Amino acid sequence: MIEAVGLTKRYGAKTAVYNLSFQVRPGAVTGFLGPNGSGKSTTMRMILGLDNPTSGQVTIGGYPYRKLPNAARQVGALLDAKAVHGGRSARSHLLSLAQLSGIPARRVDEVLGVVGLQDVAKKRSKGFSLGMGQRLGIAAALLGDPQVLLFDEPVNGLDPEGILWVRNLMKALAAEGRTVFVSSHLMSEMALTADHLIVIGRGQLLSDMSVKDFISANSADFARVRTPDTEPQLREKLTSALTEAGGQVLPEQDGALRVMGLPLPRISDLAHDVDVRLWELSPHQASLEEAYMRMTQGAVDYRSTIDQKAGLQQPLPPGAQPPMPVPGQGQPGWYAPPAPQQGGQFAPPQGQPPAGPYGAPAPGAAPAPAPGAPQPNPYAQAAPQAPAQPVATPAAPAPAQPAAAPAAPAAAPAADLTKSEDAR
Amino acid sequence: MSTPHPQLAPQQPAAPWQGAPGTSYTSPIPVVRTHLGHAIVSEWTKIKSVRSTMWTLGVFVFLLLGLGLLFAVIAASADMNLEGESPLGLGLFGVMLGSVCLITLGVLTTASEYGTGMIRTTLTACPSRSRVLVAKAIVFFALAFTITLVTTSLVAFLQVAILEGSNAADPSGEEWLKATVGVSLFLALFGLLSLLIGSLIRHSAGAITIMLGVFLAPLVIAIFMFAESLRDVQEFLLNYSIPSQLGVFYGAELGASAPSGWDPLWIMLGLVAAAFAGAFAVLEKRDV
Repeated sequence: MIEAVGLTKRYGAKTAVYNLSFQVRPGAVTGFLGPNGSGKSTTMRMILGLDNPTSGQVTIGGYPYRKLPNAARQVGALLDAKAVHGGRSARSHLLSLAQLSGIPARRVDEVLGVVGLQDVAKKRSKGFSLGMGQRLGIAAALLGDPQVLLFDEPVNGLDPEGILWVRNLMKALAAEGRTVFVSSHLMSEMALTADHLIVIGRGQLLSDMSVKDFISANSADFARVRTPDTEPQLREKLTSALTEAGGQVLPEQDGALRVMGLPLPRISDLAHDVDVRLWELSPHQASLEEAYMRMTQGAVDYRSTIDQKAGLQQPLPPGAQPPMPVPGQGQPGWYAPPAPQQGGQFAPPQGQPPAGPYGAPAPGAAPAPAPGAPQPNPYAQAAPQAPAQPVATPAAPAPAQPAAAPAAPAAAPAADLTKSEDAR
Repeated sequence: MSTPHPQLAPQQPAAPWQGAPGTSYTSPIPVVRTHLGHAIVSEWTKIKSVRSTMWTLGVFVFLLLGLGLLFAVIAASADMNLEGESPLGLGLFGVMLGSVCLITLGVLTTASEYGTGMIRTTLTACPSRSRVLVAKAIVFFALAFTITLVTTSLVAFLQVAILEGSNAADPSGEEWLKATVGVSLFLALFGLLSLLIGSLIRHSAGAITIMLGVFLAPLVIAIFMFAESLRDVQEFLLNYSIPSQLGVFYGAELGASAPSGWDPLWIMLGLVAAAFAGAFAVLEKRDV
């Protein structure tokens, strides 16, 4: 049982962890999630007594870590895989740790077997791959056969076999009644391993609940409804009927409707009542990954952006369309719809989507250099290829526009037509 | 959202994580109460399982033996009259150079754990930080003292044997003691000082540089101190530089104001005690 109360850690002006309180219970795998730099590792170090909290405290089984008698027999930890002296063999490394805690030497060979490193036990760990280093770290954590286990990003660098093994290992350890606390930034991994989730962002607690509760609290179940494209008036008719019945309806970019708050049979009944045919009626549920992304959206410190190559791009000839950005790349900011109660903030798209960073410039508004005059540019060689691309693209949905549909293939041709007309 | 996300989570049954109390795990491996002895055994495993120990100590022994015997052979072959000087004094030069090796080994014993991140593993396994530092100090001191004692004794015996009959004085009992046990204690303490500086600085290159500065700077500065007004400072630096203090063990005393007899040992002991106090204080307080 790990218990943190009001844990706070400041490094100078930067607050790494602020007022964090949680409990990690035995018999379950507790996932510890957060974006990069959210304070996961700092919290782990404070649990292990390596860093002193600025205020608050954290205890294991009622004791602060540094007051635990023979701590290594009660708590095992994998902090980072490379926390070993590279010049020492795997076996000597583990042996020195075993001797430090009065663990019999044969236990060393045992854990080397458990993690599958017995063949390289005599090799210096400098030459280990990331995955092998990770296995050595797990071996060190298991060495004392402890009651509480902490793993910081245990699957980093492991091969699929290793990932599966770690996943099963965590579950097996928890099933034996141990406390297992695993940090990760991969929600998909935690979805498969953890029973309980603690999510932090910017050093503060965002959520502390079981995986099941986490999903139902954060995911939005919705139905996608599609009326015949040929008769737009049916869509409006259905929208008003569904809204009247208490549902929330959001139009999607490709013409479908996203309906929340009404069960599927009820939607069908309502459509039947107002005499609207349906082309699609499908249930959707946000994955754990989406729920997590949405929760931590506001707390991401390090966010990737589109590579603009500003000033390096050769001006496009008039009428040409920029190349299609790879879907899903560099377009953060859109996640599954919000839970029904917050639905109001999602405005329907207003006419034309705003031009993305690659939006084709109108001929009149072409950049200053004359289109025919190529600029000396190291990137220029590839540029003439771009206009030749047959697939003209609509302006990429700007990250700022939340209601933009996921780059659905169907959306492209429809929007393309209008855009092309504009460009001409 | 172009990649489909696994929709696995919803199907996962929520485990009864609020498990019944008393289901906690108990290891079949007996739990012992750990003490300093465990830490010493562990540190011994650590120090003997890295190559840098073998290299630094190998070079150390090589320098002491090589230089000690080389000068003894030169003195013997030159057919010089040593005029009653003790042959043990020829061991000084090897010891002077060799002490650099002990600086390196001492610093690496602590600082390399910080460099590699091993210290976090160590202090997780043993949260009693002072115990770890004391164990390191004991193991290093014992190793350095033993190696130095064996080597200096061997060199001294060989020197006396080589120079037999070249009119050299027969070393007295105290001369023997100082040139073997005395210098070994001094060098082991000097290495220990490096170890503690390594623990304070937590960076190998930085700590080695500092220790080399401590070792050489006073002497180098003093050599170029020509101004008459600085005569006292120059004298102090010359008398108390580490090489001069090493010389004291070989009978090379510089004057009335310089340390003599066993003084260098007490000076070094004081320095080590101060460094120990500092290292303890910051080790307990600092984040790892």
